[in-house]
Amino acid sequence: MTQTSDPHVAPQADHADTARTFLQRVADLRAWLFLAFLILGFEVWSRISFGGTFLFNPFNIQSIAVFAVAPLLLATGQTFVIISGGIDLSMGFIMGLAAVVAAHVINWATPGMGFGMAVLFGGLVAVLVAAIPGMVNGMLVAFLKVPPFIGTLGMFGVARGVAFLLAGGTTVPVKNEVFAALGNGRFYGVPYIVIVTAIFVLIMHYLLSQTKFGQHNYAIGANAQAARRAGINIKWHLLRLYILSGMCAGLAGVLYAARFTAGAAQAGEPLLLDSVAAVVIGGASLFGGSGTILGTVAGALVIAVIQYGLVFINVAPFWQFISVGVVIIISVLIDQAQRRFSGGRQSE
Amino acid sequence: MSPPNTPMVNTPMGETLLEVRHLSKNFGPVQALSDLSMKVHAGEVVALAGDNGAGKTTLIKAISGVYAPSSGEILLKGKSVSFASPQEARDQGIETIYQDLALADNLTIGANIFLGREPMRRAFGFLPVLDRAKMAEAAKSTMALLDFHVSRLDAPVSNFSGGQRQAVAIGRAVYWNAQILIMDEPTAALGVPEQRKVIQLIHQLKAQGRGVIFISHNLQDIFAVADRIVVLRRGVQAGERRISDTTHDEVVKLMVGG
Repeated sequence: MTQTSDPHVAPQADHADTARTFLQRVADLRAWLFLAFLILGFEVWSRISFGGTFLFNPFNIQSIAVFAVAPLLLATGQTFVIISGGIDLSMGFIMGLAAVVAAHVINWATPGMGFGMAVLFGGLVAVLVAAIPGMVNGMLVAFLKVPPFIGTLGMFGVARGVAFLLAGGTTVPVKNEVFAALGNGRFYGVPYIVIVTAIFVLIMHYLLSQTKFGQHNYAIGANAQAARRAGINIKWHLLRLYILSGMCAGLAGVLYAARFTAGAAQAGEPLLLDSVAAVVIGGASLFGGSGTILGTVAGALVIAVIQYGLVFINVAPFWQFISVGVVIIISVLIDQAQRRFSGGRQSE
Repeated sequence: MSPPNTPMVNTPMGETLLEVRHLSKNFGPVQALSDLSMKVHAGEVVALAGDNGAGKTTLIKAISGVYAPSSGEILLKGKSVSFASPQEARDQGIETIYQDLALADNLTIGANIFLGREPMRRAFGFLPVLDRAKMAEAAKSTMALLDFHVSRLDAPVSNFSGGQRQAVAIGRAVYWNAQILIMDEPTAALGVPEQRKVIQLIHQLKAQGRGVIFISHNLQDIFAVADRIVVLRRGVQAGERRISDTTHDEVVKLMVGG
């Protein structure tokens, strides 16, 4: 028997695959296309109205990168969670909690340990503390079968309350010059916090795209039943997943506290939805099973460029909400179209 | 962890691979299966037929390790076995291909074959990364073994048609050297040309000396592919026939009783 014994099946499918795969690739890259389009738009506007450049001004690039740090850190963790078919609504206040914990611990440790060690110790403690609400999220979702939306919404409230209690309802200033330097210093013009974020994002990209953990995350998001039958321990995976997203929020909180040399409970409040937006703009589906860290990077940059760019060209800041909203809607529409297109044959 | 991707399995054609002896299963007072015996030989396709509730599903779940039988014995190549979990049955070479396929649609053929036991390699000599080349290579050779030639090894399986996806599910079992494949309604959700392709796949498995247990409501498919048919009715064996010695009418009579 050869392939030609049934000539109608395979060739047709192969032909459709080529066009389909090409369109899928374009759709997968949409966040980078958005980004290029936006930067081009601001560049043109800038040259026409101010006679100056937008993109080639190092100050602008630095500002956008610093802008993107916290939402991007949240969004990398959120990418993992969303790919698994869940969502983590508690990240914003876990970030605030970590910022407050970092501020307190560094202040407490500085006299005894010296500036540098205190920063290291405080940062570590803050990230570990952030892992605790993450672990609770994971136990709720994995073992007690609580829907992620509800479980993490509960943790949103708990983390928020604890963060405000620890902060005494106010911001906690940090007196440590090494911490201030970490938050505001630069290495050859590149802010330290941007370097830390870039390294972290690379590690997360590796984790998602090159390890079993990442591969299982995709499988669970697409078909949890199949993953279970293949012998993947889903409960253990989900537990680790939510701890990871808690720790991402923790790192975001530490870098926030460094940048403002203060810990604030509400540090991450406006950033949670930005992080979800970055993931969605980056090409992930809220149904789970798809998404990449590189897409999320583009998504976070799109949001940062919109926010900074609109200020730069002197438009009322409220337009940024409208623009980001429109980009999210367009992005979801593309995702829907892509889904209908690639999944069409099964649903027929 | 690295199975021999052999075209032929080690049991000679015609020898008994699986034997079920006097198997019974009850759920409380409900007798789902009573005193059932059957055999599957290497290179043989045995069809299981019967109305809903006849006990087909209970039987295959007992064979594949989902249920522990209440009494009776399962012998694999002459040795008595008992499975505590489907994983144990799988490790011994009994693989079930589920109706809903159990594939992760967003992953490639290779990734699906290796799901849960992914091969790793070291990049730059130290960094462990997924060995995608090995997965793609295994996907290609396994699919070729099923006489199924795919050009797009980097595409997610959602890009493929129902029959092709069925082939991927079978390919995974074949790669891990399954000796007995239990297929539950493999053609139910497929169009006619795709059904033919799956029937062709089952012929391939047979030619490789594997044993296939094939559950179907479709008598046409059963007559196209099976060597023997075991008919169940209300948990007992209503009859067993060689396909060459029976007719549609006789099988239907056995199924409904009369």
